[in-house]
Amino acid sequence: MTQNVNDWLNAHGDYLYRFALARLRDPHQAEDAVQETMLAAIKNNSFEGESSARTWLTGILKHKIIDLQRKQIREQPLSDLIDLDASDSSMDDFFDKSGHWIDRPQEWDMPESALEQKQFLGILSECMDKLPAKLKAIFMMRDVHELENENICKELDITTTNAWVMLYRARMGLRKCLELNWVTG
Amino acid sequence: MLTCKQASQLISQSLDRPLSWSSRLQLRFHLVICDACTRFKQQLNQLRSAIQRVTLHTESDSTITLSKEAKARIASAIDSKHH
Ligand SMILES: [Zn+2]
Repeated sequence: MTQNVNDWLNAHGDYLYRFALARLRDPHQAEDAVQETMLAAIKNNSFEGESSARTWLTGILKHKIIDLQRKQIREQPLSDLIDLDASDSSMDDFFDKSGHWIDRPQEWDMPESALEQKQFLGILSECMDKLPAKLKAIFMMRDVHELENENICKELDITTTNAWVMLYRARMGLRKCLELNWVTG
Repeated sequence: MLTCKQASQLISQSLDRPLSWSSRLQLRFHLVICDACTRFKQQLNQLRSAIQRVTLHTESDSTITLSKEAKARIASAIDSKHH
């Protein structure tokens, strides 16, 4: 069995690591996720050979990634999570007292050439990494894993309202960051 | 009448849940007269597809690999749990 796992690690380790890194955006956490996946693969060897080993391992990895994201969010002090009323002052940067945009959203020039595309994705990556950890994690759960909101709430033990507010904040932060850093047309 | 602030919240929520009939109607009404919120809505769609592109990009970047050291750490973690 251990032999098997070492073969898997050699054959699929790099792929699993990239898959995890793309979603966790942290090399240490991505390595942990791959390790946890391998340990789970040994412990619960339900691999039937019907699907490829890679598909099977990736399925395990997805669960491990969500576990890590959940931990990341839950370990945040609770007070950070409670302060979630979208009408509070944290939105003062975006709207004036009467609810109008302070800086009206601009039309984005979406990248066309390969080079522009690469620059754009680089800026977007940096913007994501600037988000507070818990907003980044919930945003990744929703917009990358495409977990249903209900499942996110169950995983995180938060109300649907809290989830909407956190997602709203994450998206507002990202689009602002992009607007500041990506030259608009 | 919705304010832009309220409209932007509904636009974001519409990505996460079906809006009520009346919210949908109010939002549609607002978007007809408000370019800024219409652009915001477009931005959120662009953002979502861009995020998925970033993910795919990292996932298929073969220059990113587990280091030898990382592989050794993982192999030894496996050994220590199974001997
Ligand atoms: Zn508006």
